[in-house]
Amino acid sequence: AENEPSWETPCTELLVYISTPGCDGFPNLDSKESYKLSISKGSMLLSADAIWGALRGLETFSQLIGRDENGTYYINETEIVDFPRFPHRGLLLDTSRHYLPLRAILETLDVMAYNKFNVFHWHIVDDPSFPYESSTFPELSKKGAFHAMTHVYTASDVRTVIEHARLRGIRVIAEFDTPGHTLSWGPGAPGLLTPCYMGKDPSGVYGPINPILNSTYQFVTRLFQEVSTVFPDFFLHLGGDEVDFTCWMSNPEIRAFMKEMGFGENYKKLESFYIQRLLDIVSSLGKGYIVWQEVFDNDVKLRPDTIIHVWKENAMQYLREMANVTRAGYQALLSAPWYLNRISYGQDWTEAYKVEPLDFEGSPEQKALVMGGEACMWGEYVDVTNLSPRLW
Amino acid sequence: RYYEYMFGHSWRGRRGRGPLAALAEPELSQLQVVIEAGDPGCDRHPDLSSNEAYHLTVTQPVAYLKAYEVWGALRGLETFSQLVHEGDYGSFLVNESEINDFPRFAHRGVLLDTSRHYLPLKSILTNLDAMAFNKFNVLHWHIVDDQSFPYQSIYFPELSDKGAYSSNLIYTPTDVRLVIEYARLRGIRVIPEFDTPGHTQSWGKGQKDLLTPCYNGKQPTGSFGPVNPILNTTYDFMAKFFKEISSVFPDAYIHLGGDEVDFTCWKSNPKVKEFMKKQGFGTDYAKLESYYVQNILDIVSSYNKGQMVWQEVFDHKAQLKPDTVVQVWMANNYAHELSSVTGAGFTAVLSAPWYLDYISYGQDWKKYYSVEPLNFPGSEKQKKLLIGGEACLWGEFVDATNLTPRLWPRASAVGERLWSSSNVTNLQDAYKRLTNHRCRML
Repeated sequence: AENEPSWETPCTELLVYISTPGCDGFPNLDSKESYKLSISKGSMLLSADAIWGALRGLETFSQLIGRDENGTYYINETEIVDFPRFPHRGLLLDTSRHYLPLRAILETLDVMAYNKFNVFHWHIVDDPSFPYESSTFPELSKKGAFHAMTHVYTASDVRTVIEHARLRGIRVIAEFDTPGHTLSWGPGAPGLLTPCYMGKDPSGVYGPINPILNSTYQFVTRLFQEVSTVFPDFFLHLGGDEVDFTCWMSNPEIRAFMKEMGFGENYKKLESFYIQRLLDIVSSLGKGYIVWQEVFDNDVKLRPDTIIHVWKENAMQYLREMANVTRAGYQALLSAPWYLNRISYGQDWTEAYKVEPLDFEGSPEQKALVMGGEACMWGEYVDVTNLSPRLW
Repeated sequence: RYYEYMFGHSWRGRRGRGPLAALAEPELSQLQVVIEAGDPGCDRHPDLSSNEAYHLTVTQPVAYLKAYEVWGALRGLETFSQLVHEGDYGSFLVNESEINDFPRFAHRGVLLDTSRHYLPLKSILTNLDAMAFNKFNVLHWHIVDDQSFPYQSIYFPELSDKGAYSSNLIYTPTDVRLVIEYARLRGIRVIPEFDTPGHTQSWGKGQKDLLTPCYNGKQPTGSFGPVNPILNTTYDFMAKFFKEISSVFPDAYIHLGGDEVDFTCWKSNPKVKEFMKKQGFGTDYAKLESYYVQNILDIVSSYNKGQMVWQEVFDHKAQLKPDTVVQVWMANNYAHELSSVTGAGFTAVLSAPWYLDYISYGQDWKKYYSVEPLNFPGSEKQKKLLIGGEACLWGEFVDATNLTPRLWPRASAVGERLWSSSNVTNLQDAYKRLTNHRCRML
């Protein structure tokens, strides 16, 4: 009959061709995510250089399938050549302000895959809690988690996350933020944090990691030795944001150290002193690192392959920061306009969409240093009861 | 369900009796519930005058919950279930207590909007549970609006056939009965809102000639405006429609809407303009609106139902019945509006500061909690006319995927403000209790 729908030809097979599979490896910053999708009468072909591109292509393919009123599944003839603009497309989850059960993280990874995100930035510990079960320092989570049995990530949990992510072409970059944001580390690591002083006496309150003790650097070395093995990605996020100097300033031993080192009253120099040693430790473990922008802003000496994470948002100042970071030759990641935890009424997705990461003054070489960005879902007001509808 | 609330969700061990030593501790074995009225109300529906007061005495071995009507007993059971907490080793504890409690305001409502987005039955029922946890006693069901008409009408099936988002996104008579009964068992009134003459685009799909055709000069544009107030067929329809509504919904009140009527379409229609002239309304379309509203109020009154309306109906000087309840929703200077409404002798319900659909970052529950409804210029007598308030969750950006975390526990702040005494205002204390309460609700 003449009026038969033109999709009478059933397509039963999608051929997937990958020139260099590497299915057993982990995705990285240089992974090839490009793919070609050819849908025509009688043949459907997905081809990619690497498995990671095949995954992206499968995602697209699955989104092209429609269903008509009779329940028939169909797909339009299509020719797609696709590849990402930015190689680092990330999402940050905060499991310290509120614990997120494993299923919430895995579900998030699924939805990340639907949206072709390829980095899960796991801000795993912070001031409020330390849910990461460390084999080297079990006391950290025992004393620092909200609940040592129910609100922790065991080694097995972490492995599950990493593998679940890998199968979706998603890198897992863990952040162990120091020297600030470390209150929860204190109970399980006595002597690690700086005791704050009220005049001549300790006040009983603690501040950032104590940068003047050798024990600090021994601890940090051992912890990051473990973290480097547990997390296979080349990069670790080392934090370095929002270090409050008040406690350091109150501590007489630290003041003495400042004098000794000739730092004067410039506590940024003390912060740099710590960070530089931390960076050296992490480098010697064979890892690259990402740091929050303060580390760059405070003139810490960085390795040329450091990635700077731009997060401070103050009337579009972040574009200026992007320019500064890239002009200094460092790679940059943008998060400042994408703090999705800052909810507001109405269609605020349009603000996030309108951001143009390269809209700053700079040479093409500079702009090529922008690796991508990350949407951040900080956890002060987020837990499993509202994570999904808030994020997506 | 209270047994489940108190003992059901323990992950440490269910109903386990502690070690033998526990028998030496004072044990509470029974809660006796006594309802004093001759007719406790168990077979009836709650209403504005329901007695929700209760007296709870927790001592060993028997605790007593006394209330005049079943509605008070429900509130007392809610409180009792919140007093029971888990101790260590799987035991359940309750402190010796003496509580004499009653609500400050009689109308404590939550508005749900099932037109901007359809809400499946489950969502509505879960929400009724949450409302009961917070002693809310009115579900203001904004059931239809411009976007969709999910209410399946018996007399006018075309309304939902043509006006719902789709054939399975509707509320059948059975669904509606289920909601009403589920609410009733929790002491919650269901006040439906059929908002007219504005907010009615979806009505026009299934009811030809109900809406006003808009004109461009001499030609109809093909688009429609508010309900057409000049046709007899309009009032014939409304009479029949509200007859059905009056019998389907047992509450003494129906909300008739009356907000945000856009006069542009009326002004463009030549027949409407002619009618305005005939009636001597001049160019004051508010008079036409009031003409319409008054007719609807009369219709609904004839079915022995009281009416709730949005504030514009009062502002535009329609002639209201003495027991019409005016809902104040416009945020700008709402205290002044409360003075006007109560000053004119009408009862008022406050929603203006409690539009919970307006989300913002951080602990915005504090600003809802800090509202003092009686902070408006007026006499003692006037202030008595403010019978309560409603937290509104308009549905433009809300559906079943985000309703619960968006509404709760923020609405709890409103719930406490409407139930508790005016001197319960300490934010730090409220914060402590609210965080516990939230975990309990989960």
